[in-house]
Order: sequence, then structure tokens, then C-alpha cells
Amino acid sequence: MTTTTTLRTAEQYCTFWVAGLFFGVAVDEVQEVLRRQPMTPVPRADRAVTGLINLRGQIVTAVDLRVRLGLPDREGDELPMNVIVRSRGEVVSLLVDDIGDVIDTAGVDPHPVPSTMPRTVQDVVRGVRPLPESILLVLDADRAVDVAATPDTTGGTP
Amino acid sequence: MDDDAEIIAEFLVESHENLDQLDRDLVELEQQPDSRERLSSIFRTIHTIKGTSGFLAFNRLEQLTHVGETLLSRLRDGEVVMTPPIAEGLLSMVDTVRALLEGIERTGRDTDPAVDVDPVVAVIEGLLAAEPDTEPAVEPVVEPVTGQAVEAVVVEPVVEPVVVEPVAVEPVVEPVVEPVAEEPWDGVERRVAVDATVRVDVDLLDDLVDLVGELVLTRNQLLQRSLGSADAELVRASQRLDLVASELQESIMKTRMQPIGQVWSKMPRVVRDLSHQLGREVELVMEGHETELDRSLLEAVKDPLTHLVRNSLDHGIEPPDVRRAAGKDAKGTLTLRAYHESGQVVVEIADDGKGIDPATIGAVAVERGVVTRDQLARMDARDVLGLIFRPGFSTAAAVSNISGRGVGMDVVRTNIERIGGSVDVSSEPGRGTTTRVRIPLTLAIIPALVVGEGGERYAIPQANLVELVRIEGDDLRRQVEDLAGAPVLRLRGKLLPLVSLAETLGGTAPGDDALTVVVLQSDEVRFGLCVSEVHDTQEIVVKPIGRQLKALTMYAGATIMGDGRVALILDVAGIAGTVGVGATQHDATDGRALGADDRTALLVLEVADGRRAALPLAAVARLEEFGRDRVERSGAAEVVQYRDGILPLVRLASAIGLPDTSDQGDQISVVVHETGDAAGAVGIVIDKVLDVVEVAVSASEVGRRTGVTGSAVVQDRVTDLVDLEAVVARTGVPA
Repeated sequence: MTTTTTLRTAEQYCTFWVAGLFFGVAVDEVQEVLRRQPMTPVPRADRAVTGLINLRGQIVTAVDLRVRLGLPDREGDELPMNVIVRSRGEVVSLLVDDIGDVIDTAGVDPHPVPSTMPRTVQDVVRGVRPLPESILLVLDADRAVDVAATPDTTGGTP
Repeated sequence: MDDDAEIIAEFLVESHENLDQLDRDLVELEQQPDSRERLSSIFRTIHTIKGTSGFLAFNRLEQLTHVGETLLSRLRDGEVVMTPPIAEGLLSMVDTVRALLEGIERTGRDTDPAVDVDPVVAVIEGLLAAEPDTEPAVEPVVEPVTGQAVEAVVVEPVVEPVVVEPVAVEPVVEPVVEPVAEEPWDGVERRVAVDATVRVDVDLLDDLVDLVGELVLTRNQLLQRSLGSADAELVRASQRLDLVASELQESIMKTRMQPIGQVWSKMPRVVRDLSHQLGREVELVMEGHETELDRSLLEAVKDPLTHLVRNSLDHGIEPPDVRRAAGKDAKGTLTLRAYHESGQVVVEIADDGKGIDPATIGAVAVERGVVTRDQLARMDARDVLGLIFRPGFSTAAAVSNISGRGVGMDVVRTNIERIGGSVDVSSEPGRGTTTRVRIPLTLAIIPALVVGEGGERYAIPQANLVELVRIEGDDLRRQVEDLAGAPVLRLRGKLLPLVSLAETLGGTAPGDDALTVVVLQSDEVRFGLCVSEVHDTQEIVVKPIGRQLKALTMYAGATIMGDGRVALILDVAGIAGTVGVGATQHDATDGRALGADDRTALLVLEVADGRRAALPLAAVARLEEFGRDRVERSGAAEVVQYRDGILPLVRLASAIGLPDTSDQGDQISVVVHETGDAAGAVGIVIDKVLDVVEVAVSASEVGRRTGVTGSAVVQDRVTDLVDLEAVVARTGVPA
């Protein structure tokens, strides 16, 4: 039942675009939004993990939503933005293409995710809300940041 | 209500400390039953608990401590003499008091139905009834001391008011840590020590440590900036900041330091109970209680150390009759020793028991499928002992009450390694076993070597660092060999497997004409990590990395560098595991294995379609492969042009009387042996290189013939030992 959690009437979402899709994360899950940050890559990590950033002394893992959702890679000259979300006691940065407004979806009924969407997207979306000019995909931040680290392939027991 | 909760929390903290003291006192009292000081100390402790429990209306607790106190007062006044049943009764009283306190901690009341005080009260009353009953000795003392105890509880500088949940309150800065074996209390009022200290909430301390970490990082950043600055005032200010930050860091770290005696205070009781249960006689010797380490580490080592002590009693120290039969003192000795050594804390748990027999361990390991017979044959005694740390290993014939409860040595090791420590065992069959646990002093800030690879920086904990080696030019060709795809470095006569950091990180190693090797040691594995650049050593603040990266064992965490960028911290044990060092090349790598005198390093070869031969590794200068078309003839001899000279070849198979099959591929494999004189070298043509092993060779005359000095069993296979002199002689070059 992915839609039950969105049944509250007034909900504010911090919105952003990823590969042309319009996403929103509940504002109370978002800590802040940042421009591009210096990033330290993590060799051998999952491809969705772009790197680590220093957020005022805290080490934050950056997850590229395009890779995470199985969407096409970002063009070389497009610089991603960081949407810093809190998830299960950790702080994680979601790399997105562009930031939108904070919108209030009060009065807009949630709809289930269309079953024709790619599974990788369905997995992390709690529901959709049709707005007059666009359709908002409500992102489940906890699931979005769940990236299984790829086990090492060079053999040997860890 | 808040006030009450606070008073109760304070009471609990204090009582737990008192109980630990009580355990120690009771055990010692058993040994010196007539010690007045002990008795007074015990009496005081119980009395304090009783007084406060009366004030807080913990009636069952009061009832229990009251009878205990009565019994103790008799003992103290010499009316009753200590006997085993009395000791037993008092100990069970202490246990019940503890159980009641736990109930209070959970519920705020002492009415926990799971704890039954009546039987204990009955037992103690029975003990009292055996003697003429006279009450008055107790009463007069009660009033003044009760008043004092209550006052102390209320007035004392207290725990964080927010801490409503008493569970969160642990004895942090132990104000009255009593080294166990020291002089007994002289009866001076204990409030004196308390007045000079403040209890601090653990979380608050942890926050402080984090903040100081931040401060240190900011200082690093500032220092880097101000170094090049022309502003003298700024430079001065940042130098001052440097000083202050360092001192602050040191002080904050110190506040978290606690003597290991804190953990040890439980040991006398553990040892007493276990030795009774197992029918052993054990004397516990503890040295170095005052050795301090960070409280988070103390927490982490508590269980492993207890487990090791249990092991010593259960598996180590024999029953008295067995000991006597072996000509030993019936009473075994268990020694706990803690000391500081090169920035680490070392804790030794040594017993004089029966020791561990490597043969038994080996047999069980093979039987349980922990190692194969083949692998076992290649291990030395020390490595075999190390097998007890493998998961699923237990030599106990039956799971006893004491050990073998599923907490194996592998868990001990995992827990110790998790905090950056190490554990190893040495044992002499018949003489005893010593387990040595090494733990870092503190976790949060560690010295590290910063290296560069692929434009990024990585930090390697200094604790793992052995040395730095730079090899250039000719040395590189001479000292680095490729053994069947695995590069090894000859370092002062030992072979060190090399691991490329670039390759470990998923890139490709740069083919430079120089090599920077960071020699690393993690437990039993030693290897060389080839890195592109070495920056400097600096103090780093260890920070955890996200859940997304937890499965990557090669990283221990991350840190923030002076410029604000993040750098990953390498986990040396994790890298060794990732690339498989140690598992496959153990024999060649283990420094201890190479240290043994009667062992020789052999290069094991295949010749003549699967036959095995071995050369002393010391005679091997290089391994080469040549295209078959490069082999030329010079008279009857085969040669190749090699390093601006001519390398005469000798076919090993023919030289030792076997059919030559070395010509089967496009390439021939050649072992280059450098002869003593200037003429240089000969190339010994073989089929292929199998392995490098470190074994004690017991050569037999079997198979002795021209070119072969004899044969030996190497890795469970019969292997010809090559007579190098004879083989070389066939080329006409003097060996």
C-alpha cells in the first residue's frame, strides 16, 4: 500500500526535476538544497554513489537519482544540484537536475503510480499527484537512498 | 516527580559502583576471612544501600539489606566467623540486591515479581539463627549514617536533568575507582573524592569529542591558509589557536579515559564463581589496573576480555589432581596484565594451564573443514594456533556451561578488530597459554599517512604502517618479481606480496620506472601497497560513512582534510581480504614463518609434464619468459640474448634425467640464476612456476641422481630437490 502514507490533506513538497520527471520530497524530510559541491569519488562503490561531500563537517553520501532510477545519464555539461534529505538517522544527498518550488498539494488527491512506469522508478515513488501543469511523483526518500554496495568482484573473502 | 527520578538515578549509579566494590571485597574476604577492613568496607556499602532504600521506600530492598547488614555486623564484631556457607549467602544477597536494582532501573520500583528476596532472607536468617541473636549492635549506627547518605544523594552535583530514563546514566567518570589489589580502605569518608569530581552524561562527552574534532579540522584549514599569509597578526593568532585546540583535544580525550580496572573489577567474581563451578583452584593476579583507555573502547573490550578469562578457566587451567599429576602446583594462576606500548594498550590474559596443542587444533580444523589438509601442511605452529579464531571452530568436546555458548573466538576477534585492535595467542603445550589483545588508546582522532592515487587522497592508519620503501631503476627489476601473476618484492631477504592501490580501487596501475611501497601489517598479514604518491602524516578525525558504503570492507571510514575535501580512510585488513593477500600467499608473506631457522623458501616448479621439482628461492634471481624463436644455438648450447649479454640455457628436465616437455608453448619459462662470478647468469628452462613455499625440508635419499640431491614431500607431493651446482655445470658456466 504505497499510497496510504500520502493521505494527509495538506502536504508540502520540495520539488525537483530528474530527466524530465517532476519529483517531490516531503519538506520535513529535506534538510537543505545546495549547489554543486566538491565531491570525493568512492572507488568500487555502486555506480549510483557519485561520491562523498563535506557538509559542515559531516560526511554525506551523494546518490545520483538518474543512476538510481535507471534513467539516462546526465549530459556532461549539466551540473547537478544536491537535495539533502534525512533518512533513518543519516543524511544523504540526492543529485538532481534542477530545483523547483516548494508546492502545497492540499486538495489534490493522490493516485497510485502508473503500472507502466519503469520498475526502478515505481520502486521509489509513493504515489503521483496530478497538478494543473504537471504530474508530481512523490519520492520515498528512504528507498531512494537505499543503494546496495556492490560486493567486491575480485574474489577473496571480505 | 522529576526530583525523585533524579535521586533514584543517582542512587542507582552509586549503588552499582558499590556493588562492584562489594564483589571484590567479598571475594577477598573469602581469602582473608579475618580482614577487619574488608568487613567494615562491606558493612558500610550495604549499610549505605539500606539507608537510602529506606528513605526511597524500597521496602524489599531494605528488608534484604537489613538482614545482610545484621549478618555483616556480627562478622565485623567477631561474633561470627566467616565460613563458605556465609560467603555463599552474602554473595547471593549481593546478586539479589543487584537484581532488585535492575528492576528499579526499569520500573522505578523494587517490586519486580521476578526477583524473590524471601529465600535469600530465609537463608541469611538461618545463618543468623545458628548463632545467639543479639540485635542492638546494629541500631545505634543506623541513624546518623542514614542521614548522611541521604544528604549526599540530594546535594551532590548531579546528572543531566534531562536524563529521566535512568538507564542512560552510566558511571562515567568513575570518581572512586578503587584499584583492586591496593591497600584496603582506611575508612576515610568517601565523599572527599566525590567532592572533587562531577558526573557527566556520556552523550554530552561524546558531543564534546565531536565538537573538538570539528575544531581540530577547522584549525587545520586555518593553519594551511595562514601559512602563506603576510598578515603577521593572523599567523600569530592561528598559531595560538593551534596550541589551544591541541590542548583542548588532549584534555577532552582524557576525560573519556578510564582505567581498565573498571572492567577488571568484575573479574575476581567471575573467576571465583567459575572456579567453584569447574572445580579448579585459581589464583587471579591482576597488574596495571590504572592503565587507561577511552571509555567507548572499554565498553567494547569488556565482553571479549570476559570471554577470554572464561576460556582460560574452562580450557586452560586443569583440575587440581591433573595439575598435581603433571608436577604443577594444584592452584593455577591466571594473570591479567595491562600496559601501554607504543600508543596502544596491551592486555594479556595468561594462564599456566595445559596450553593448546597445535596437533589437536590442526586435526579438529581439518575435521571441521576449516582448512584442508594441504593448507594445514603449509602452516607453522603459530598459524595453526590462529585457527582457533576461525568461525565455527571449537575444540571443546562438549558444549559446556561456561564456554561454547556460541560466543567463539571468532566473535572475540571480530569485536576487537572492530575497534581497530588485534588479538593473538601464543601457547606452550603443558605450560600455558597467553592471549594478547592490542587496542588503540582512542578511536576518534588517529595519526594517519596520507597517500595519493588517481588524483584523490587516502588515509592509512599509522597503526598499520610498518615502513615506506621507494624502489627505482635497476633495483626495481632486481627486487620485484612476478610470481605467476602475483608481484612480490624482495625486502631484506623476505618476500612481500605487492598490492597495487590503483588496481584495488578498480583502476590500472601506472607502469612507472619507480615504485613507492607502503609496507602494511594487519594482524598476521603483511603486504606492500604500491601507491602513486605519499603526502604526509597527519592527525585525522575518523568519521563514519553512509550505509550505502558499509559493504565495502576496504574503507574504514572517511575524514575531512585541511582543504575541506573528504578523503577515504583505507582499512588495511579489509584490503588484504579484498585482494586475497594472506589467504593464498600466506607462507611467503608471513614474517614469522620466515623467521624460523629450519625452514627454507623453495620455488616449486613443474617439469616433464607434471613432475615437481624445487629450487631454493635464494638461488633465484629472476623469472623470465622468452619467445621460443629467441632461443639461439651457440655450439651445442642453447642461449638467448638477454640484458646486453648472452644467457646460456639449460633444460632442467634433461639435466635431472626426465623427458623435456618445456617446449610446448610459444614461450619458454626460465629461472634466472646468478652465479657467483662476473660471467653472470644461467637460465634454467622449466615448464612452469607453481608456487613459493616456506617449509622445513626433510630430504630423503629417494630419487637421488645426477642433478637431484634427493626428494622431499612439499605440499603433500613428492618433489625433487634440484642440485643446482650439477645443473649449472652442464652449461659450462662455473656455478
